[in-house]
Amino acid sequence: MTIDHRLPAEYEELRRTVEQFAHDVIAPKIGEFYEHHEFPYEIVREMGRMGLFGLPFPEEYGGMGGDYFALCLALEELARVDSSVAITLEAGVSLGAMPIFRFGTEEQKREWLPRLCSGELLGAFGLTEPDCGSDAGGTRTTARLDEATNEWVINGTKCFITNSGTDITGLVTVTAVTGRSADGRPEISSIIVPSGTQGFTVAAPYSKVGWNASDTRELSFADCRVPAANLLGEISRGYAQFLRILDEGRIAISALATGLAQGCVDESVSYAKTRQAFGRPIGANQAIQFKLADMEMRTHTARLAWRDAASRLLHGEPFKKEAALAKLYSSEIAVTNAREATQIHGGYGFMNEYPVARFWRDSKILEIGEGTSEVQRMLIARELGLTA
Amino acid sequence: MSLRIVVAVKYVPDATGDRHFAEDLTTDRDAVDGLLSELDEYAVEQALQIAEEADDAEITVLTVGPEDAKDALRKALSMGADQAVHVEDDALHGTDALGTSLVLAKAIEHTGYDLVVCGMASTDGTMGVLPAMLAERLGVPQVTLLSEVKVEDGKVTGRRDGDAASEQLEAQLPAVVSVTDQSGEARYPSFKGIMAAKKKKVESLDLSDLGIEEDEVGLAGAWTKVDSAAERPARTAGTIVTDEGEGGKQLAAFLAEQKFI
Ligand SMILES: Cc1cc2nc3c(=O)[nH]c(=O)nc-3n(C[C@H](O)[C@H](O)[C@H](O)COP(=O)(O)OP(=O)(O)OC[C@H]3O[C@@H](n4cnc5c(N)ncnc54)[C@H](O)[C@@H]3O)c2cc1C
Ligand SMILES: Cc1cc2nc3c(=O)[nH]c(=O)nc-3n(C[C@H](O)[C@H](O)[C@H](O)COP(=O)(O)OP(=O)(O)OC[C@H]3O[C@@H](n4cnc5c(N)ncnc54)[C@H](O)[C@@H]3O)c2cc1C
Repeated sequence: MTIDHRLPAEYEELRRTVEQFAHDVIAPKIGEFYEHHEFPYEIVREMGRMGLFGLPFPEEYGGMGGDYFALCLALEELARVDSSVAITLEAGVSLGAMPIFRFGTEEQKREWLPRLCSGELLGAFGLTEPDCGSDAGGTRTTARLDEATNEWVINGTKCFITNSGTDITGLVTVTAVTGRSADGRPEISSIIVPSGTQGFTVAAPYSKVGWNASDTRELSFADCRVPAANLLGEISRGYAQFLRILDEGRIAISALATGLAQGCVDESVSYAKTRQAFGRPIGANQAIQFKLADMEMRTHTARLAWRDAASRLLHGEPFKKEAALAKLYSSEIAVTNAREATQIHGGYGFMNEYPVARFWRDSKILEIGEGTSEVQRMLIARELGLTA
Repeated sequence: MSLRIVVAVKYVPDATGDRHFAEDLTTDRDAVDGLLSELDEYAVEQALQIAEEADDAEITVLTVGPEDAKDALRKALSMGADQAVHVEDDALHGTDALGTSLVLAKAIEHTGYDLVVCGMASTDGTMGVLPAMLAERLGVPQVTLLSEVKVEDGKVTGRRDGDAASEQLEAQLPAVVSVTDQSGEARYPSFKGIMAAKKKKVESLDLSDLGIEEDEVGLAGAWTKVDSAAERPARTAGTIVTDEGEGGKQLAAFLAEQKFI
């Protein structure tokens, strides 16, 4: 029997490759994109070229034959340098392509996955609406089947949808009410809406606090028609489907948050060694050393948490609670580490040209997206057998 | 018939590490991590592109170096090369450029080749002499320092950019080429490539496999002898140009003197 927490050699090589890529290709350029709120097409193209968008998918669909763990490793390394590109990958793979891989028909998989895996196209997932986020069961968007033309007719609005309005966005999978059950509750289904479909309008990008080099938009559907065959998975199973997708996605967000927390450690350690005050490096003060030790401790713990959840997922074991724990913990410590990193950088930490300023701005959303911290606590409490 | 490409790649000490000499004035390779020479990544990339263009091609990556040099081979295999040859022998310690070229040439002949692709120079020795030595030992044409390279109809063609002019060159295969850091960014290995590399063949050879006597290589067989080695002195203060109307000219003169412009 072997008990071993270390990565297998190929995973370590992947991690190192992405680390190198982030350092060589992303770090020198991302500040400029972020500053101008531009989507970094050239970087995303390179990420596609090295196969990152295909990581967890089989080779027959153009994937890399890896798994969710490999995706998370890549996300952590990207987010160590920048979260905008990391969330572009996370949303593209975990929310955009994964539902098609998990629930799509053979035809849907053949149509979409090869181009999503190569990064030629980006996918998005539209769940949140202006009036419902955490309470996703409250979806108001509707889809009615027009039997005369055999088309879905979609009406409604989605908000805060990542990757939905880039030049390379290929599709958005939206959740919509497609009927009522006997007790009057809404039945929700997922439907694939290709970009450019008539009646589907993408608004201008939001002005965001962070993630400024990623694409987030409001979407509206006004009698938007797509073929009946665009239904993803089973009718009325949309709710169960996205719960599965969100459970997995939490592990990915946790890896991303761990990367941000690690980036804070990286930047702060080197700054503390060089910045002089009172005749010595600020890192010679125990007050600073202890901050850094705590930052390192939190990051390490967060990493163990996501890796545990991801390995449960890989082994087909229940992972709902572990994914929620990992997401909750790592997002909260990412915010803490970003605050401490900014503090260690003094006034420079408040200047946008310093990576830690970007980390600070990018950290808060981690406690909100893909299930707020409150929602994670609700999930964990439920797993402990507590009910309202 | 399949186009056989051999790429010579060197495993070098990480340039960002702290590099030192050992007591016998050879590079202390144990003290720092090593990696595939960055300049040789360009050679692997060009070989991959040539192979992608060809109907049928096979790329062998070759290194002469210590046990850890396998890492350099694995990286090249992850990028997409088909197989690898590793020449390793304790007697190689302290081998100079002539000796290395002998070993490489024998290994290339052993493997079989139509085209040998090298980097423009190693990032540690930086002599840039091996491609020429190899061509001489193999008795085939050399087309070196190319920033663009193509293989067509049994010929290799390419462009060499000089300070004042660009030359368009060509040679019949078999031939040796070296490519520069202007030839196009090397790809990053994909996860698929990393997984596939594990299953690819790495052939290990020693000097006797290649019919080379121990005294032809190593410190004893070296034609060059290092008499002394010293650490590079700490950086000295730079030159400060104060602009009193002539600042631009002085800057230009400084840059020209240093051959930057
Ligand atoms: C940059 C960005 C990108 C995004 N990308 C996507 C995307 O690609 N696809 C997508 O579908 N969505 C996306 N979202 C939406 C995101 O998932 C939601 O914002 C999030 O789920 C919270 O929903 P809400 O904003 O409606 O907040 P609400 O649900 O209105 O919550 C408001 C507050 O109330 C709390 N709260 C709610 N219910 C309870 C309760 N029962 N007990 C205690 N507290 C409670 C919440 O925790 C929160 O603090 C994105 C959001 C942002 C900002
Ligand atoms: C086992 C071993 C021990 C050595 N020990 C020492 C030592 O102790 N001290 C010391 O100073 N030097 C040592 N050398 C270095 C040796 O002298 C150089 O490899 C040789 O002189 C080539 O010179 P260069 O690095 O300047 O290559 P360049 O001529 O600059 O290289 C040009 C190209 O030739 C190819 N090439 C170069 N070297 C190799 C290689 N080894 N394998 C495959 N392809 C290659 C690459 O494509 C490279 O881009 C050792 C080499 C070996 C193999």
